[in-house]
Amino acid sequence: MTITETMLVPNFEDEAETGRKIAIICSKGNLDMAYPGLILANAALGEGVETHLFFTFWGFDMITKSRMHDLKFTPVGNTATHMPMGITPFPGVTGMATHQLKKSIADLGVPEVPEFLEQIVGAGGHLWACRLSADMNHLTDADLYEGVEGIISASDFIEKTAGAQLLFI
Amino acid sequence: MPVTTINNREIHVNDEGFLTEYDEWDEDLAKVLAQNIGIDLTDEHWKVIRFLRDDFKTQGETPTTRRVQTAGGVPTKEQFELFPKKPAKKMAYIAGLPKPHGCV
Repeated sequence: MTITETMLVPNFEDEAETGRKIAIICSKGNLDMAYPGLILANAALGEGVETHLFFTFWGFDMITKSRMHDLKFTPVGNTATHMPMGITPFPGVTGMATHQLKKSIADLGVPEVPEFLEQIVGAGGHLWACRLSADMNHLTDADLYEGVEGIISASDFIEKTAGAQLLFI
Repeated sequence: MPVTTINNREIHVNDEGFLTEYDEWDEDLAKVLAQNIGIDLTDEHWKVIRFLRDDFKTQGETPTTRRVQTAGGVPTKEQFELFPKKPAKKMAYIAGLPKPHGCV
């Protein structure tokens, strides 16, 4: 046991001082792949890291009002589910797998995608939508979750993330 | 396990400085801990600190940011305002509890 003369105080300022920044690109639309980005963004925000989430391609579904409440998980082609692949395309299997995944996630106290995005925005996270994906799907700001700050192009993204750590999901 | 001196009392802490003995904490100590990290405790802060203490007692672990919002009734945004940059860790430190381990 060591006795310290001065008070041992945790250092809480590292991240704020170093100006650490992280950008997470969410390119997937399946329910399982929506979570890694959200959980890491939430963790980064909790450590005081400036965090940006960029939604592109299938990930656009995560921030599209008409789809974000309905993301699905399918075992088709996903051998990590340890199911015989031949039965995965049967009617009802995707629905069941989605239901089970949602339950497992809820049992851990992890919120669903819309609520999670709300928590991330509340914690200071920035949400950006990909211009190209918006154009391809003929979507505008009105179709997107209100927490999204704007629809930006690839060059805008590169500018915004100068010096940032990048994560592609 | 290091022992540090706060308020002329010997307090057990871990290598980072977080308290390790639940019962060594009291509200006077909290004020000193808050001062150490530059926070002035208002009623709003106390509401959160007391929730953390009670919840730790019943759940056996420090509540996460999300639990402080859903069970404690303090929105995430407010937590970031009261305890800037690293709310979960700061709240736990002032409340004399370990850092939360949950992911959300």
